[in-house]
Amino acid sequence: MPHLAVNDLRAKYGALEVLKGVSFSMEKGQVVALVGPSGSGKSTVLRTLVGLTPVSGGSVTIHGDEIRYSNAASVRRARDQMAIVFQQYNLFQNMRIIDNVTVAPTKIKKRPKAEARADAERLLAMVGLADKLNAFPDQLSGGQQQRVAIARALALHPEILLLDEVTSALDPELVNEVLDTIRRLATEGMTMILVSHEMAFVREVADKVIFMDSGAVVEEGLPEQLFDAPKTDRAREFFGKILRH
Amino acid sequence: MERILEQIPRFFTTDNMALLLQSAGLTLAMTLTGCLIGFGLAFVLVYLRQMPGLWALPLRVVCITYVEVFRRIPFIVVIYLVLFFIQTVASDASLFTIAVISICIYAIAYTADIIRGGLESVPVTQTEAARAMNFGRLRTLVTVTLPQAWPVILPPAIAFAVSFIKDTALVSQIGVFELTFRGKELNNQGYSGILVFGTIAMCYFLMSFPLSMLGQYLEKRLATPRGERSARKIRRA
Ligand SMILES: Nc1ncnc2c1ncn2[C@@H]1O[C@H](COP(=O)(O)OP(=O)(O)OP(=O)(O)O)[C@@H](O)[C@H]1O
Ligand SMILES: [Mg+2]
Repeated sequence: MPHLAVNDLRAKYGALEVLKGVSFSMEKGQVVALVGPSGSGKSTVLRTLVGLTPVSGGSVTIHGDEIRYSNAASVRRARDQMAIVFQQYNLFQNMRIIDNVTVAPTKIKKRPKAEARADAERLLAMVGLADKLNAFPDQLSGGQQQRVAIARALALHPEILLLDEVTSALDPELVNEVLDTIRRLATEGMTMILVSHEMAFVREVADKVIFMDSGAVVEEGLPEQLFDAPKTDRAREFFGKILRH
Repeated sequence: MERILEQIPRFFTTDNMALLLQSAGLTLAMTLTGCLIGFGLAFVLVYLRQMPGLWALPLRVVCITYVEVFRRIPFIVVIYLVLFFIQTVASDASLFTIAVISICIYAIAYTADIIRGGLESVPVTQTEAARAMNFGRLRTLVTVTLPQAWPVILPPAIAFAVSFIKDTALVSQIGVFELTFRGKELNNQGYSGILVFGTIAMCYFLMSFPLSMLGQYLEKRLATPRGERSARKIRRA
């Protein structure tokens, strides 16, 4: 049984159908990369998974359990299992870094304060920010904030980590520090869905690449397959354009 | 003019001043109590107004109607409404209570919109991040949205309360011994109107000016980015 199975997932913004039946599945410990042109619906896939964008059809199952997005308890369970990191970090501006990381574990997951704090300190040290515990988000660089956002998501100990273009808001010299963190998570066996434009990085860490266009999956396969020998014209055109240079 | 000068020693007696001070205190007490309670209730109203779901629809309609209606009624009409309504249900209610309730009702309607504007000034991405981590609506409001909305909410809310100090004068119409009422009384006792109301004007100024300053101070303080503020604290320490 796959860890996560998405079947014919549909979503609309008003009358505009943004996801027109997206299907894919992944095993535990896999890294799946969602790639595709801007506006193809990659972010929307991640947002629907955690119930931020309403689902209008299809199904999502984790370990065979279907998530019913119309049911609050079911959505809560889904959010318990998946943590999302946004492109714009979305750290809580009113909280210090340490509080950003501990607030959900203590208040939502009801873990003891000391334990949550120790865990947060470990995670922040892992992303190289052990000395920033008491800073506020607006005192950090974009790359540092993004690493805090990753630590905040990891503190929830999710089964699946969703990463939405976590490097695209960063200056080039800050990209690597974030990619290093993700690379490390991949080697530790974290299950991840990664939306990214960093094709070289995707090739390196992804077990499977899913190419989306206009709200649907056009082609999926191993990174080498998709990048070097795409079967569909649309994929050939897309990868031809972005991999040429 | 001579009459005024001649009246001055007679007017500024300890008795008269004590009377004025007392009514000034009453004005201030009524305004602050009414505005504070109203401000608190306005949060409840805004929270109810943002309840999602179909079953909360009547609730939302009531909240929206309340704000729209009371913002369109002159304060003096609210006072009379409260006066006559209260008198039919509890004939022994004090005029002070009636005045405070009126101010409260008015303050809810005005500050609710200030609060809503403040909450809406916080980017949705902040609440999305909270929701994705399973924060409930109330917890998101208290731990994420409100702390970021204060700088937008407080200055106009304080400005409202300060300007309401003078609108509270209208409760003299139902016979509350607040400042303006005392003025009319002293005037009727034969003191020159210029003298009496000049003094009273001064009293209003002295009550609201320090509060305005406090408001401006808070505004400046809140406008400073959090990071800088804590950095300054660290430097000072
Ligand atoms: N809040 C919204 N309201 C209306 N339409 C939206 C909204 N958010 C996204 N869309 C539309 O949905 C479609 C898919 O958007 P989505 O953000 O999922 O694309 P994406 O693949 O993540 O693109 P990008 O690479 O630019 O981030 C786009 O056509 C976009 O215009
Ligand atoms: Mg996107």
